Amino acid sequence: MKYLEIEHLKKTFDHLEVLKDISLSVEEGEVVSIIGPSGSGKSTLLRCATMLERMDGGSLSYLGERAAWEENGKCVYASRNDLKRIRKSYGLVFQSFHLFPHFSVLKNVMDAPVNVDHVPREQARQRAETLLAQLGLADKRDAYPCQLSGGQQQRVSIARALALQPRILFFDEPTSALDPELTGEVLKVIRELAKEHMTMIIVTHEMQFARELSDRIIFMEDGVIRQQGTPEELFGNPDERVREFIGKFQA
Amino acid sequence: MDFGMMVAQLGEGMAVTAEIFFLTLLFSLPLGLVVAFGRMSRHFLLRTLSKIYISVMRGTPLMLQLIVVYFSPYYVFGLKISASYRFTAVILAFALNYAAYFAEIYRGGIESMPTGQYEAAQVLGYSRTQTFFRIILPQVVKRILPAVTNETITLVKDTSLAFVLAVVEMFTAAKQIAAKETTMIPLMAAGVFYYLFNLAVAAFMEYLEKKMSYYR
Repeated sequence: MKYLEIEHLKKTFDHLEVLKDISLSVEEGEVVSIIGPSGSGKSTLLRCATMLERMDGGSLSYLGERAAWEENGKCVYASRNDLKRIRKSYGLVFQSFHLFPHFSVLKNVMDAPVNVDHVPREQARQRAETLLAQLGLADKRDAYPCQLSGGQQQRVSIARALALQPRILFFDEPTSALDPELTGEVLKVIRELAKEHMTMIIVTHEMQFARELSDRIIFMEDGVIRQQGTPEELFGNPDERVREFIGKFQA
Repeated sequence: MDFGMMVAQLGEGMAVTAEIFFLTLLFSLPLGLVVAFGRMSRHFLLRTLSKIYISVMRGTPLMLQLIVVYFSPYYVFGLKISASYRFTAVILAFALNYAAYFAEIYRGGIESMPTGQYEAAQVLGYSRTQTFFRIILPQVVKRILPAVTNETITLVKDTSLAFVLAVVEMFTAAKQIAAKETTMIPLMAAGVFYYLFNLAVAAFMEYLEKKMSYYR
């Protein structure tokens, strides 16, 4: 089943065409990495897909349900209630975590299930504690985000997203704000999720990681998907531009 | 008049001062939030009206505003002003005036919040109201506390302006005794009272700041 389907997505900021014509579909259980130079539109693509940014053209569907489509040359979105339901199908992990600083770790993870999904408090607490234990944060449940390292904060934010049991998890450069020695612990968590066949779409600069983990890698440049394929295809014999880009990161 | 009598009379004034102080906060703190929403509204008319409101309230003397609030029912609507309206007018004018200042403090706090907090809340499915009251406002309160403390301390001293509507708060009481007994002592004593009041206000606000210092 197609979990995510984007067709002919266009996005313009102040006359600057950031996304020109992006079509992308992701199947259940697939892990897709998006790579490309900065300014290529990777993050904007993720922000459009997660509806943090309005698309200017094209269509967007989750699990076969339309969230946005084109009508008379304009992009229209589904009703507020439909969008509310559609939003439940995905989660997003931000580059700089965006944890709620006034909530403890446990509350960060269980607040949305309780207040958004109306999960009974005790059940939400158990789910949160299980997740925190899985991510190696059991002893941090009562800490506040400011007391944690960047790697720990990012793992909490992954737990927070998972607590709502999304079908798809987006990652926007999940390790870019971290010290090099802290990226490992976050990548390890994402690897675990891949093993459990979580559907994931990851914008990243970690080439080696993308290569070992992804079912498919997408190379973006200048607002278009320039190349995509399995890691072997992309790392094996890509066109010169792709090779040049990957080479820079592997050096 | 002996010292005990004087303190007792000042004490009565002090009670009125405290009453003006607490009632003003009670009404102006929420009203300020409403005005701040207006000021940040997407609707041009609402935004402009709030802007004008804040501009007038901050730009004209509170003393004049007290007089306007007290006399306008008569001059504008032809209503008879009852004696009990005096105190109501004082609270009304103070609340309207302080709401304007609080609105700008709220706005500063709300606009200083990083957009990431809104985006995280949106992706997690919080409604706009939930986002504001669960995520944004608690953090805003922490950020604006020092500015609110300033404003609150100013309010303690501003209560003396109630004299223009012949409401006998502490400073008026002190002046009356001072005039009758031809001595400066009641005024000095009033000064000590104001100072102690503000000391308590500052201590309470510091307590609140400490309570919220568990996160950054």
